[in-house]
Amino acid sequence: MADQRPFSGGGSNVSRRAFLKGSGAAAAATALATGSGVAEAADEKSKLVGPGATPIKLNVNGRERVLPVEPRTTLLEALRYKLNLTGAKPVSVDDSSGASMVIINGKPASANTVFAIACVGKKIQTVESLGGDKPDAVPVAFLHNDAMQCGFCTPGFVVAVRAFLDKNPKATEKQIREGLNSNLCRCGTYANVIMAAVEVVKGGKRG
Amino acid sequence: MAKKYSWPERGTASLIGKPHDRIDGMAKATGVAKYTYDVAPERMLLARVLGCPHAHCKIKSIDLSGAEKVPGVVKAMAMKVEGNEVRWEGDPIAAVAGESEAAVAEGLKAIKVEYEALDIFVKDEDLAAAEAAKRTGKPAKNTQLEKEAPDDADEEKFADEEIARLLKESDVVVEGHYGIDVITHMCLEPHGATCQWDGDKLNAYLSTQNVSGTAGQFATPLGLTAGDVTVICDFIGGGFGSKFQVDNFNVTAAKIAKEVGRPVKLMLDRDIELKTAGCRPSGYINVKIGADKNGVVKVWDSEHWGTFGATLGGVDQGVIPYVFNPKNRRRRAIPIITNASPSRAWRAPNHPQGSAMTQVAYDDIAGKLGLDSYDVFLRNLPTVSNEKQEIYKAEMEIAAKLMDWKAKWHAHGKGPAKGSVVSGLGMAIHTWGGGGQPSNTNITIHPDGAVEATLGSQDLGTGTRTVIALVTAETFGLPLSAVKVNIGSSKYPPSAASGGSVTIASVSESTRRAAQDALRQVNDLVAKKLGVEADTLVAKDGKISVEGDAKKSLSWKDACSLLGMMPLEVKGEFKRRDDQGLSSSQVGGVQMAEVEVDKDTGVVRMRKFVMVQDMGLVINPKTAKSQMYGAAIMGISYALFEQRIMDPTTGVFLNAEIADYKLPRLGDIGEIVVEIYEPDSEYNRGVVGLGEPPVISPGATISNAVCNALGVRVPVLPLTPKRVLDALAKARKV
Repeated sequence: MADQRPFSGGGSNVSRRAFLKGSGAAAAATALATGSGVAEAADEKSKLVGPGATPIKLNVNGRERVLPVEPRTTLLEALRYKLNLTGAKPVSVDDSSGASMVIINGKPASANTVFAIACVGKKIQTVESLGGDKPDAVPVAFLHNDAMQCGFCTPGFVVAVRAFLDKNPKATEKQIREGLNSNLCRCGTYANVIMAAVEVVKGGKRG
Repeated sequence: MAKKYSWPERGTASLIGKPHDRIDGMAKATGVAKYTYDVAPERMLLARVLGCPHAHCKIKSIDLSGAEKVPGVVKAMAMKVEGNEVRWEGDPIAAVAGESEAAVAEGLKAIKVEYEALDIFVKDEDLAAAEAAKRTGKPAKNTQLEKEAPDDADEEKFADEEIARLLKESDVVVEGHYGIDVITHMCLEPHGATCQWDGDKLNAYLSTQNVSGTAGQFATPLGLTAGDVTVICDFIGGGFGSKFQVDNFNVTAAKIAKEVGRPVKLMLDRDIELKTAGCRPSGYINVKIGADKNGVVKVWDSEHWGTFGATLGGVDQGVIPYVFNPKNRRRRAIPIITNASPSRAWRAPNHPQGSAMTQVAYDDIAGKLGLDSYDVFLRNLPTVSNEKQEIYKAEMEIAAKLMDWKAKWHAHGKGPAKGSVVSGLGMAIHTWGGGGQPSNTNITIHPDGAVEATLGSQDLGTGTRTVIALVTAETFGLPLSAVKVNIGSSKYPPSAASGGSVTIASVSESTRRAAQDALRQVNDLVAKKLGVEADTLVAKDGKISVEGDAKKSLSWKDACSLLGMMPLEVKGEFKRRDDQGLSSSQVGGVQMAEVEVDKDTGVVRMRKFVMVQDMGLVINPKTAKSQMYGAAIMGISYALFEQRIMDPTTGVFLNAEIADYKLPRLGDIGEIVVEIYEPDSEYNRGVVGLGEPPVISPGATISNAVCNALGVRVPVLPLTPKRVLDALAKARKV
């Protein structure tokens, strides 16, 4: 009998009962304030609430956003369905595709493997923050080097390249080839992604 | 007599043929582009399906009551009924819609289904086992011989004797077994739809390669007519041939949405996506091939088998042997039915298998004779099936230069070793059609100068949107940014489904025709205004002017103001009839690979991959090259990494998750060099499709390079480390 696999979307496979039994995820849930208050900080010791939706405050792309989430709501689901930030994509059940990559407190992370409530008090940066009127050098280099085809993996890749180059601003092509294996593409844009990353290192201009 | 429709003379175009950034590139790169998975109408429910856990069974009962008791679940709907037979694992049985992902997951777990187990067969590589299990279909046979059988002869017996004689007279005979496993499409955006009702009309945001052809497929099972359905697909996250149809789970989403009065998004889970939403048929072959001492093949005799999964079928004999058609050939094909999801068109159906099962045997001739593979391929070019001998020859020369083939070549297995690492070269060639299919484009010119191109096409990531804009802007002498392209709705003029690499020819034909017709109408108004003949006018650099007399001109905006109050709308139509020379069909293509193989670990690493490809007239070389890079990488993927692994006893697809279904990563691809072959002869043919051809040859190319490195053939793709080590061990025993 094959087991029923969990979601490969933005969902979690934490049942409410298991959740309340105090899984690792439940530890994060203790951040939730009781009653109708908004959860503010991740280290606040308070009584467990849930399993229903509770408003929490998230810092996304420099803005404070209040949104109702269940303890078991993933960050990806919250971003996509509560905040309409759909750049991060649901592709895998774990972090093996990189398609849902965001930057949390300066570090890349898959939004589908972290609960929204675990992100209270942290700075979340999504791919959308790299766009707009003055786009970041990475998406501009992706455009110039056509580092996209269907584009479904592209936002995750843009975030991965941004995070990688923030850490390794002078990366060589060899380091780029070795250091960007977190993200998966099916159309075959890797060659173009490498060119784009090399261009940014060489001083790709902000758009 | 000038043709009614034509492309600019070579070297005179302002935009066509130059590299352009894709017009939707920034939207994709910054997460703004909205895919089917991203569309979220107000009050939308999320839905998922329950896949059957058994590869072959009968449904005894389905109990949904537990699911609807789960908090947050709004609706559960059965997709099978008692007594239904299920023929592959993952086939959807029921769907659950709810307020959140997790609620839906709980709901699915609460569904109770009773099954009756039935016999299971999934060993498509094992012909004897398939025959014993009575899973083979009627074999197809095809024999072509130079010598005709006498009138009174038994044809089969004559063919047996004739082939035996030809093999006996050959200077070299290769007897080989080769194959290529089933792989899946693995679209990163799974199959699915977001369905929203507006009274009795349905808006279906469908992830599809077939915007113009799917409304009716939704309508019929819902008791509607096609006009009641609008299919919308602005962006699609991968299709590769698996997204032409409306699936039962798409219809279920619409049914649930209707019943609960709320929009429903039903996308497949990753594992269900891999188990049910498309795969590429397998192919395995036993072949005897005879050649003269120069490596020219005189006789081919083969039997191949494989599976389409739960529908009976197999790789077409027409691609055996592939591209090369020796004068004497006999092919037998045996279809096998298995308990696995039915295959769907996978980028160049039949061809990758044909190439991987046959061009390896040609290379083994080179190996056996100690000849350079390049020479063997070259000497067999006179037998190509598509009259592209000269194209292949020219492309081979270019590829060899890019690869530095002559300097790097060594006989099979005779290269220098660095410790346990050996390197090798391989090549293969391919062919494809890529002609246009019926397409319609509306060009709208507004009195303020705004220009729109509207058609029911879709952009799979190939750059279709940008091509339509380029063709339109070129025709009117405008910058690319001046054109608005509307695609992705079934309410737009019908355009071809994106399969068979037909899109570029289809949309270029209908768009150029519409634009040239529209320009003639604008020119008539301008001619009247300027007091000149309309046929002296040209549209270039944002102006319509008398050719050679720039003073007699109107800006595009002033020209359009002559339209008066109403916009001008002109429809361009392409019907595959009298070819006006805007498009053509049939391409060649040559590929070469350099690999290194570690004999201790069995790991194959790509060093360099070279492809040279003709595709007629190239509209946007930048996106064309991207498709070529992509095809190389996808080819590396099925040559070295990806395979569907089935448990032979239970028929369960064991590696149906991203982490387990191995695809190459950015560090696995080595150096890739792509070269467009576009001499005048090809430019003058007009546009020809590119999507599929470059993905055909990599399997044979890489297999041949590995064989050249090792001196041993690793017979079946993908060439996993275990298979490499097994082949080496077997060779040592001989």
